[in-house]
Amino acid sequence: MSGDKNAVARYTTAARINHWITAASLILLALSGMALFHPSLFFLTHLFGGGQATRAIHPWIGVVLAISFLGLFLRFFALNFWTREDTIWMKNLGKVINNDDEGLPELGKYNAGQKLVFWGQSILILLLLGSGLVLWDVYFENYTTVDQKRLSAVVHALCAIGAILIWIVHVYAAIWVKGTLRAMTRGSVTRGWSWKHHRKWFRQEVGKP
Amino acid sequence: MATMQSLDIRRRSASTETPPQVRKATVEVAKLIDVSKCIGCKACQSACLSWNDLVEPVGYFQGSYDNPMDLTPTSWTVMKFTEIEKGDDLEWLIRKDGCMHCDDPGCLKACPAPGAIVQYTNGIVDFVSENCIGCGYCVKGCPFNVPRISKTDRKAYKCTLCVDRVAVGQAPACAKACPTQAIYFGSKEDMIGHAEKRIVDLKSRGYQNAGLYNPPGVGGTHVMYVLHHADKPSLYAGLPDDPKISPLVGFWKGVMKPISLAAIAFAGVFGFLHYITKGPNEVSEADERKGDDLAGGKRT
Repeated sequence: MSGDKNAVARYTTAARINHWITAASLILLALSGMALFHPSLFFLTHLFGGGQATRAIHPWIGVVLAISFLGLFLRFFALNFWTREDTIWMKNLGKVINNDDEGLPELGKYNAGQKLVFWGQSILILLLLGSGLVLWDVYFENYTTVDQKRLSAVVHALCAIGAILIWIVHVYAAIWVKGTLRAMTRGSVTRGWSWKHHRKWFRQEVGKP
Repeated sequence: MATMQSLDIRRRSASTETPPQVRKATVEVAKLIDVSKCIGCKACQSACLSWNDLVEPVGYFQGSYDNPMDLTPTSWTVMKFTEIEKGDDLEWLIRKDGCMHCDDPGCLKACPAPGAIVQYTNGIVDFVSENCIGCGYCVKGCPFNVPRISKTDRKAYKCTLCVDRVAVGQAPACAKACPTQAIYFGSKEDMIGHAEKRIVDLKSRGYQNAGLYNPPGVGGTHVMYVLHHADKPSLYAGLPDDPKISPLVGFWKGVMKPISLAAIAFAGVFGFLHYITKGPNEVSEADERKGDDLAGGKRT
C-alpha cells in the first residue's frame, strides 16, 4: 500500500503477485503461440531460443498460467456473478464508451465489462488447457486419436485468438480509465475513482451502504 | 534429409516467399508399386534401412507377418499383410506402406516451421530435419498416417523417396532391391503408362476391378499403387479409399490465419481510435470531493 492515507485498498499484495504471474505467462504464451500459428510471426521463436525450444517451453508456460489463473479464479469468482445492475450497465454500453457516466447504476467491485472479461478468460483458458494437453505430444501423444488432435488444434487456435482479443480489451480499459492501473501496481485506488466507478463497493468499504 | 541443391523447390512449409521459378520445370517422378507382383519378402524394407543408415530395434512377434507392426521413426516403409477369406478362397494382400508424396501434401500445409518440409519440382516431398521443431503438426496434416516423431530427438521422419539417390539419377533403394520388380521408378507419365499395361493384364486374368491408385483428393500422388481391387483400396491394410486433407486442417491453416491476425490488428486499431476520439475516462476533482465526503472527510 502507498503512503496515501486517503487511498482505498483494492487488491492485496498476494492478489497482485498472482495477477502479474498470470499476465506474464499469458503474454509469453501469446508470443510463443503466435510464432507457431502464423509463418509471418515465426521470428518470435528467437525470443525463446529457437523453434524447438519454443515448442518445448510453450506448454510448460501454459501449466504456469493454468495454475496461476486458477488462483485468480478462486479469489474473484464470487464477485463476478451477474446482477441486475450489470444488465442495465450493458444496455448503456454506448454511453460508457462515450465517457458519459450519467444514469449508470451504482456498481459493486466489478462492472459488467470486467465480469465478461473474467468469465470469458475463465472459459477460454479451460478450453486452452484441455486442447493443449491433447496437443502436448511429448507426454500425451498416445491418449488421443489423430482426429481428436486435429480438432484440438483448431479449438486451441480459436480460443487463443479469443483470449488475445479479450486481453486487448482488458489492457485498453486499464489505459483508457485513468486511475485503474494503480489498483494492480500499488494495490489501491483513489476515493474519487471508487466513487465514480464502483460506488456500491466503495460504500461497503467505508461501511456506509 | 537435407535440401538437395540440385533439385528445385516448388513449395516450402510456412513460407510466404515465392520459390524460384525461372528454370524450366523438371520432370515429375513417381514410384509405382505393383501390389499384384509383390511377394512380401521385405527386401525393400531392408534396403531402406541400409541406404538411410537406420536401425530398427528388434521387436516381438505379434501374430502377424508385419514387422514392425507399423511405420516408425526408423522404418520409413513397412510391408502390411492382409488376409481375406472368401469361402474356401484366401487372398493374401501385401502392400508396401510409406509416404505417398502427395501432390498437395497435408504435412507441408500443416507445418509451422519455415522450410522444415519442402516439395521439389519433381514432386518429392521431403522433411528437412534441421528445420523441424518436433511439433507433430505434420502428423495432423497427413491423410495417410505416415510421419513419425522420434522419441530420441523429437523430429519427424518418413520416406524421402531417396531424394539423395534421385538427385544423382538413381532409383530409390527399395526399387533397386525388389527381386520381382514390383517397384518401378521413373517419370510420373511413364509410370501411369506402365500401370495401364499392368491393369489390362490383370483384367485379362479375371481381376475386373484392377486399377491405379493415384487419389485425386490429394492432387494425385508420387507413389502410386497398382491394385487388383482398386474399387476398394481399404482392403489393403486400411489404405484410404478417398484421402483428403482434413477440412479442420484446411480451416486452421487456411482462412483462419489471416482472419485471426486481422481481428487482433482491428482490436488494437479500434482501441487507438477510441482513445484519440473519445479520450481517457478521468476522475474529476468533484468526484474526489464526493469520495471524501462519503468516506467521512479527508484524512491528513
